Amino acid sequence: MSRRLDIEHGVIDMSFGAGGMASAQLTREIFAPELSNPILDRMEDGAVIGMPSGRLVVSTDSHVISPIFFPGGDIGSLAIHGSVNDVSMMGATPLYMSVGFIIEEGTPFSTLKRVAESMGRAARDAGVSIVAADTKVVKKGEADQLYITSTCFGVVAEDVQIGADRAREGDSVIVSGFIGDHGAAVLACREEFGMKVDLQSDSQSLGDLVAIMLASGVDIRCMRDPTRGGLATSLNEIAATSGVGIEINESAVPVREGVRAVSELLGLDSLYFACEGRLAVICAAKDADRLLACMQSHPKGEHAAIIGGVTGKREIPLILHSTFGGSRVVSVLTGDQMPRIC
Amino acid sequence: MKFIDEYRDSTLVRSLLEKITKAASRRESYRLMEFCGGHTHAFYRYGLIPLLPDSIEMVHGPGCPVCVLPISRIDAAVELAGREGVIFCSYGDMLRVPGSNGKSLLKAKAEGADIRMIYSPLDAVKIAGQNPDSQVIFFAVGFETTAPATALALKQAEQQKVDNFYVFCNHVLTPPAMQAVLDYDGSSDGEEAGDGCLIDGIVGPGHVSAIIGSGAYSFVAEQNRIPLVISGFEPVDLLEAVLMLVHQINEGRAEIENQYARVVKAEGNPEAIRLMDEVFELHGSFEWRGFGMLANSAQKLSSTYAAFDAELQYQVEYPKASDHKACRCADVLRGLIQPEKCSVFGKVCRPDNPLGACMVSSEGACAAAYSYGGAMEVNHGS
Repeated sequence: MSRRLDIEHGVIDMSFGAGGMASAQLTREIFAPELSNPILDRMEDGAVIGMPSGRLVVSTDSHVISPIFFPGGDIGSLAIHGSVNDVSMMGATPLYMSVGFIIEEGTPFSTLKRVAESMGRAARDAGVSIVAADTKVVKKGEADQLYITSTCFGVVAEDVQIGADRAREGDSVIVSGFIGDHGAAVLACREEFGMKVDLQSDSQSLGDLVAIMLASGVDIRCMRDPTRGGLATSLNEIAATSGVGIEINESAVPVREGVRAVSELLGLDSLYFACEGRLAVICAAKDADRLLACMQSHPKGEHAAIIGGVTGKREIPLILHSTFGGSRVVSVLTGDQMPRIC
Repeated sequence: MKFIDEYRDSTLVRSLLEKITKAASRRESYRLMEFCGGHTHAFYRYGLIPLLPDSIEMVHGPGCPVCVLPISRIDAAVELAGREGVIFCSYGDMLRVPGSNGKSLLKAKAEGADIRMIYSPLDAVKIAGQNPDSQVIFFAVGFETTAPATALALKQAEQQKVDNFYVFCNHVLTPPAMQAVLDYDGSSDGEEAGDGCLIDGIVGPGHVSAIIGSGAYSFVAEQNRIPLVISGFEPVDLLEAVLMLVHQINEGRAEIENQYARVVKAEGNPEAIRLMDEVFELHGSFEWRGFGMLANSAQKLSSTYAAFDAELQYQVEYPKASDHKACRCADVLRGLIQPEKCSVFGKVCRPDNPLGACMVSSEGACAAAYSYGGAMEVNHGS
């Protein structure tokens, strides 16, 4: 038996990716204690899971965020929330996860430990078990510290029919809280901006919020978590898939002061900032107040708001009305938003 | 948010719009140019253009640093970036501008050039310090707003004795470009270009003026007899500036007025001006997209800083290159046509496949018109 890893001072070298003793030690001493559950602990080549009733929902997400630790979260918790929330958006209950780690040579053990702890915590909070996992090590410079790919499996009841194609003219659009916190917090903490803004990522699992929304009995037409590309992109996608138009009111969209400050400073639009713990939902207008009240009764939906409505099909899918009667198109971005230089 | 909300107040905006509509009924048409790309973006972003009375036409000006850089300089940047041992640092906006054959810095990066997007030239000096075996070239672009930051980076590199930091200097000046817009007589161009751009008033730059001061535009009023109002970037700012211009035009005045007095002073920012004077000198002649060669219209590194000048150290060449045949960025930049008048606008030329620079930067008139422009149809349709 080799000596235990020096978690405080040690770093990953290439031997940890060779599949031998070192790889096993990495799994045993860093990941397994945090992610442990009866299925994972069997350490077989594959996880054997009894199939629950209902339809299976699967979602995969890869996480390459920089920096890997940010105010309000880290790449580990994000890898859980990202996939769990995608499954929740289908009205499903998230149950199991599979995760893959690409680790850069030279990454400190302490970093991995911290990430593993955070993943374990996030998984327990979300009520999911990580049943399969893999680690690979790449040479220095071939990755940026740590990448994580996560897949979540859940089940959805037969009578739940949520889809981006179900928005209809006259429906209402609701968001579950402040938008853009995650995107703004990550941007602001990047070294090159040197900003001092008190912002936290909104990264959190939404399963419990979705559960009470489903239990309310309201017919939920479409639901999306506005991650990469933000609210603007999610609503554009729904409008395109359903063949409808969507109009939102700027004054109704909840945006924190700090997020506005970051977007004004960098010349970026907070409608495109990623959220990692918010959802946008569409339901019939007659149900909107009831669904809103239900969401507001949950801590994760405390700041929920009705932000607009669905119109008939039009050439411009998403329109924003400003407080003073101006209107503009909110289009899909071509690439990243670039900070202005003038 | 303090200093922002009061300039987006809906009651104030509505009242300004009423005043503008009333004042702008005196003449059939008021052609106003917002010179600066930041203003173009703001007009579109806040959906202000459709709210203005029909008699007011906003013409977009050349104040977009990414847009006015000619293709030959983009090609030179791509060539420099591809050299062995070079780390090429650029503002993000420049990366997607297509050079000859559509080759951009972003494509050069994908093909292996070491190109890094930075937010401040000081980051490039830092990268140079961290990579003593590489030569770090900073792609300096922009008007008088970004030039002081480049000057500061050069001073810092000099003080810290960083000898592997170079600047590829493309800093252009606002007043000569404004002069060129006003002096253009339409002699050399196509069907819609007949009379030049015929502007009645100018919404003057905000950020640039904060550096060079409101005094820098006196020729506009004195020689060209055109009113100019320096404006901020919020809806209330822009509408106040438009109202001030309409009043001047109605009263037959041609004065330089300052709506953005909370930021812009008559003398500008003496410290920034001193810094620029120390580090830069005038470029005898510099090529602009849309305007061709303009005398004394750009800054280059002064002889004291020659050792940092990438153009001298690398013998940069500018082979003749021409814009895409169908692209009318040149006419858009001179205020001769609205973006929608270009035959490729929104068809072949889109933000995801820009043929010309005006479709790239968020400050470009074509990109703004493409991204937000549908609002006009929205307002008229609903």
